[in-house]
Amino acid sequence: MARSVTGASALFLSILVLAAASLCYGQVTLSPLDVIGAMTGFGDPTLSEIVWAIRLPRVLTAVVAGGALGVAGTLMQALFRNPMADAWSLGLVAGGQLGVGLAVAGAAFAGPAALLFLTSFAGLSLTLGAVIGVAATAAAMAALARRVGNITLLVVGLMLGFTAQGLVSVILHFASRVGGRVFSGWDDGTFSAATTADLPWLVLPVACGLALAVVNAKGLTALLLGETYAASLGTNVPRLRRSILAATVLLAAPVTALCGPVTFVGLIVPHLARRLARTARILPLIPLAGLAGALLALGADFIVHLPWEQHFLHLNAVLALVGAPVVIALLVFAPAMRSSG
Amino acid sequence: MLCLDKLSVGYVGPRGTVLADLTLEAPAGSFVCVLGRNGAGKSTLMWTIAGLQAARDGRALLGNEDIAAMRPQARARAIAVVLTERVLSPGLTVTDVVSMGRQPFTGWQGRLSAEDDERVVEALAQAGATSFAARPFDGLSDGERQRVMIARAIAQAPRLMVLDEITAFLDLPGRVEAMALLRAHARATGTTVLLSSHDLDLSLQLADAVWLLDGTGGLVVGPAADLIVAGHVGRAFDTDAVRFSPERGRFELIG
Repeated sequence: MARSVTGASALFLSILVLAAASLCYGQVTLSPLDVIGAMTGFGDPTLSEIVWAIRLPRVLTAVVAGGALGVAGTLMQALFRNPMADAWSLGLVAGGQLGVGLAVAGAAFAGPAALLFLTSFAGLSLTLGAVIGVAATAAAMAALARRVGNITLLVVGLMLGFTAQGLVSVILHFASRVGGRVFSGWDDGTFSAATTADLPWLVLPVACGLALAVVNAKGLTALLLGETYAASLGTNVPRLRRSILAATVLLAAPVTALCGPVTFVGLIVPHLARRLARTARILPLIPLAGLAGALLALGADFIVHLPWEQHFLHLNAVLALVGAPVVIALLVFAPAMRSSG
Repeated sequence: MLCLDKLSVGYVGPRGTVLADLTLEAPAGSFVCVLGRNGAGKSTLMWTIAGLQAARDGRALLGNEDIAAMRPQARARAIAVVLTERVLSPGLTVTDVVSMGRQPFTGWQGRLSAEDDERVVEALAQAGATSFAARPFDGLSDGERQRVMIARAIAQAPRLMVLDEITAFLDLPGRVEAMALLRAHARATGTTVLLSSHDLDLSLQLADAVWLLDGTGGLVVGPAADLIVAGHVGRAFDTDAVRFSPERGRFELIG
């Protein structure tokens, strides 16, 4: 308990420091005083614009999206009893991308009015498209998980990612260019595409997903012993599975809709959170995973937006440098991965 | 007290009813062993009694309550289950696992009260698992693991404990210890303990009563000695190559 509180406090402070740094550093370097001036509206209007319209939404998006992915990963690793499960690795993100792609393509074919609607309500319609795609994939993967082993499921999930990437390219090729613009920046994850107007469509579903996760944490903890033991401890297992899948969809879909495919965060953050808490019980893990996910996302975003000479650094490249070695270590050393057939 | 009232167990589909029309009683505080060869229906019977599987017909009653009709939470407070399956749970400590036995009694957060904590400590002590209480559950040996699962069942403070083939992975001393522990627990707390096993010798020595499944859908009940003398054990277990010797109380090769 004390460990969790200490860990959570440390993560929270790190997030504050990094968020402040993210507001200061970038192509234009601002002093903390500049930032405070811009925030309160007393400073230079250009700086104010940079902080309010560009950096603050980006920082908020990174914090909320990273946190959501971290918690979603924690839920999925417990539900699938698979230490490599997360929204990206099991193809939920791919399903979401495809959902958004189809929504855009559908609107493009329906005509300019539909496309105008889609563009004006981008946050809502993209999130809806992603929710449908993520939910369908989540249901399919949950059913598949009963037939195949952990590794197979993982490979299927990653292949779904490639499939979605291919299909989205095809859709973009045929959809009108206006549709393509709604869909910008989709090969890579990014926290800078979401605008202030989009933020509610990120924050609201994520908040609902978090609430659903917290309410079901006790049952999910029992599920760590397997479905039969969970049932013998009074858990309604089918209902629990549905609730946790719904929570995962609410957490992962809006992130996919507004940030594109953000890799590795949901996969490695739960492991970090379990190390910090020294327990696998779900309730204490939720805040830790949320904060650690936010910190990781914010950190990667900070590195991407440092004032580099040339701007070729991608968010997923940074995340892969951190995440891929962790995944390799897990594949080699985690007993649940080694022994699974 | 556990009562079976014309209970039939089995599956929907080709396997159909495995055991039919069982009417039996197991008094509170008794240690009952369920014996039978593989496929005789031991697990099906155990799971049905524990309320984890629907009965084909009839009822299993705990006290006067129909187990199948209990609400999940109420059933979890009355019946604890230990299974053969090896649980793999990265990140759970032994104390975490035993604490889960208190889940049916906690609020939505699953937070343990002082009394819950006491019961967990007590259960660990009873099961002889105190010395590794802080270790990760996944790092334990099979014997230690089953001790922990038994401690979890004890922490649940049930009226009925259902243990399905839990000695399968244990060596001989481990089996003796586990079964002696369960018998002592039944005596001390008045819990009805129902244990299914392959372990003929030990079960015949330690059980208050034996439920012997003959493999053809029949079930005979009685004290171990009576079942041996009447030849029931032989009928249930003998094959062309092996037969049970009532005089010596063990199996012998024929020829």
